[in-house]
Amino acid sequence: MNLTLKIWRQAGPRAKGEVVTYPVTDISPDMSFLEMLDVLNEQLTARGEEPIAFDSDCREGICGMCGLMISGKAHGPEVTTTCQLHMRSFHDGDEITVEPWRADAFPVIKDLVVDREAFDRIIQAGGFISANTGAAPEAHSVPVPKPKADRSFMAAACIGCGACVAACPNASGMLFLGAKITHLGELPQGQPERDARVVAMVNQHDHEGFGGCTNIGECSLACPKEIPQDVINQLNQDLRRALSHGL
Amino acid sequence: MTQQTSGLIHGLYAEGEPIQDTKAPPGPVADRWNTRKFEAALVNPANRRKLSVIIVGTGLAGGAAAATLGEAGYHVKSFCYQDSPRRAHSIAAQGGINAAKNYKEDGDSVFRLFYDTVKGGDYRSRESNVYRLAEVSANIIDQCVAQGVPFAREYGGLLDNRSFGGVQVSRTFYARGQTGQQLLIGAYQALERQIAAGTVEMFSRHDMLEVIVADGRARGIIARDLVTGEIETHLADAVVLATGGYGNVFFLSTNAMGSNVTATWRAHRKGAYFGNPCYTQIHPTCIPVAGEHQSKLTLMSESLRNDGRIWVPKRAEDCDKDPRQIPEEDRDYYLERIYPSFGNLVPRDIASRAAKNVCDEGRGVGPKVGDFRRGVYLDFTDALRRMSKEAVAEKYGNLLDMYQQITGENPYEVPMRIYPAVHYTMGGLWVDYDLQSSIPGLFVAGEANFSDHGANRLGASALMQGLADGYFVLPNTIRDYLAKGPFQKLDESDESVVEAKASVDARLARLLEINGDRTVDSFHRELGNIMWEYCGMERSEEGLLKGIDLIRALRDEFWRNVRVLGAADTLNQSLERAGRVADFLELGELMCIDALHRRESCGGHFRAESQTEDGEALRHDDEFAYVAAWEWGGDNGGAPILHKEDLVYEAVEMKQRSYK
Repeated sequence: MNLTLKIWRQAGPRAKGEVVTYPVTDISPDMSFLEMLDVLNEQLTARGEEPIAFDSDCREGICGMCGLMISGKAHGPEVTTTCQLHMRSFHDGDEITVEPWRADAFPVIKDLVVDREAFDRIIQAGGFISANTGAAPEAHSVPVPKPKADRSFMAAACIGCGACVAACPNASGMLFLGAKITHLGELPQGQPERDARVVAMVNQHDHEGFGGCTNIGECSLACPKEIPQDVINQLNQDLRRALSHGL
Repeated sequence: MTQQTSGLIHGLYAEGEPIQDTKAPPGPVADRWNTRKFEAALVNPANRRKLSVIIVGTGLAGGAAAATLGEAGYHVKSFCYQDSPRRAHSIAAQGGINAAKNYKEDGDSVFRLFYDTVKGGDYRSRESNVYRLAEVSANIIDQCVAQGVPFAREYGGLLDNRSFGGVQVSRTFYARGQTGQQLLIGAYQALERQIAAGTVEMFSRHDMLEVIVADGRARGIIARDLVTGEIETHLADAVVLATGGYGNVFFLSTNAMGSNVTATWRAHRKGAYFGNPCYTQIHPTCIPVAGEHQSKLTLMSESLRNDGRIWVPKRAEDCDKDPRQIPEEDRDYYLERIYPSFGNLVPRDIASRAAKNVCDEGRGVGPKVGDFRRGVYLDFTDALRRMSKEAVAEKYGNLLDMYQQITGENPYEVPMRIYPAVHYTMGGLWVDYDLQSSIPGLFVAGEANFSDHGANRLGASALMQGLADGYFVLPNTIRDYLAKGPFQKLDESDESVVEAKASVDARLARLLEINGDRTVDSFHRELGNIMWEYCGMERSEEGLLKGIDLIRALRDEFWRNVRVLGAADTLNQSLERAGRVADFLELGELMCIDALHRRESCGGHFRAESQTEDGEALRHDDEFAYVAAWEWGGDNGGAPILHKEDLVYEAVEMKQRSYK
């Protein structure tokens, strides 16, 4: 198939960006979206033009490194990561715009590459269980009811790609945050730090410049791991509980 | 450098003095780790903060080691090339992690896990290391559960297990099809906790490009900030490489696109021996290649073989039929037929070679790539009948969805297609029992070292090794080394630092100056084709010699004709890749030389000239029961030097493997 790509080019964090149009031809429907960009980059290099910078690594939908706004949708028209989006989702002759994640808290580094370290700093604020190595109790000494274990797992499936933030009109990171709160909060091991965790993580989230949640729900629709919006309810419940405990 | 004891062999390499591991204590294998821990020197908590460690790589081994050493009070600098330590490729492991917990009361024990791993590795791993791995495996599960890793559980709230290829007990702990993701997040969270506590300094989007060796000791690294392009010097009392495997030498593999050999290869060139480079694991259950622009291969967890049945049509003329139209009597469930006691759960090397054989016979299925069908069916029809669709979805759902996403076919309706692909490299830098390389102060953990898997890795044991090394082994052994520190202060004007930095600058400048006609990727693809053809699942002397010639010619062209655009002082992904491919071009030759010299078939190394009458791998323990540790031959085209470490088996008897 033949396509017209309109791609955001930006030489560096402070450079002015612009949309540049690139036609591509002979694209196979079995290619992933990123393989299609690889083909374009090979052609650009052959012409002596600098290839387009974009992030990707595992290319099997799990590392969370890739992420593009494709025709206005985070990761594109399917509910999946960009690396698992295949060209069979498009039609011959389509015009496709490709932009980096849009959010103040994710500044552009170059072209389609953004800085997502704000997510790491939110985890640093308390997204862990303090368990020193070597001192852990026998694993079977703490049973976890299966429904709770399953809900914890569902939330833990977040890959930290940032699609939720990019999709949100407020650029809120509440789905990411709620997923971590729910993952750890559903487990007995997560209880001792539960109140302190939610307060510290929410503070860091706001400090990083992410917006607040106004229950629009775009985050959950864009999430490639289909984290449900109710993790945000969990986050709010935990926050209220912590504040009522005087934290 | 070691004296060469003989002239060039095949004109390609020389043999040097034997090497041995001097750190594993003598005595019964079950006592060695306790003895070593007791004998290793201690460091007083107040002195720990005066000691510094650089850890490159943030996967299970590196992330766990950084978190643990930081927590112990050492000053740690942690490096990864990704934007966040959470993205290391350990994340992609699907199926599970083994541990000798015997929760199923089905006859498992530390000794049995040890035995299965030594046997599975075709008796080419080191007994003492493997026993230790089995011994600490149970602690890993405890540690991860305490961190909040959401393993699968039964209704009573206790942990669930399943079984994996090559074993007959259920000892694999799992978190649906994303066990690696969940274990890595556990290590990542522990790491972020230490970053917040100030014991670990994190450098993401950094590529390690050189090791600094001063007075014979590893004392730091040269790294490039991938965002600004700045070349940075980082110094410490010890350096740990936990940078994963080098399967991307084949271009198409199940590895992440960024996985590379640069850190270990640069260390090799500085004097670290490279152990068993030719041992590549080919994983039997990957999604087959679909077209020529493919950038990587995707693994389907081996756990699917618990319930999926593998078959091809009995007759070649049925291969283009809809598989649902092929009646039971016309199907060849070849693993169940040839290996009745293990069936579809034979180890990975056996399953891979069997798939290749039936495709070579012309009974492969799926679309033709070139003029050849590379695929066999992995069929869930029986499981769907036996277990209900919901139960199958509960157990394997995300894997089946992933398959559908990639191929556009629904595996609940049409049997999946799979084919072997490069997955894991058992070779890596040679280390002693302390995980120290042949350069003092340079430690190597996880897939980056060679030590625990021998010639073939059993399923669910890579995660186990990464976390064993990172959480439990390295923190105990590196302590013994650090107890002799802090070492003499080194500053950036030291000759070793200046030289390392200058070599990095020169290399980057040279790559940018060539401005030839061919892209980096085109060289990488061509190298991959050579490696797969001549150093892949099956190797022969003739093929390997040809492969070596082809690699040398390609490397020569690379340095004359590669085109890298852009500048060094900015984010430049072509430049990053060019440096990595340049290293793969050197490693590829060493892999072929290693494969050539090992004239036996074992594990992930099937040598056409060495097989039994019925086509099974034939080992030669009398000649090859050793680790091949290769020393760099020098920058001026010197041939590599082979040092042999004899493998001595005291606790298990070496037998020809049989899964029949």
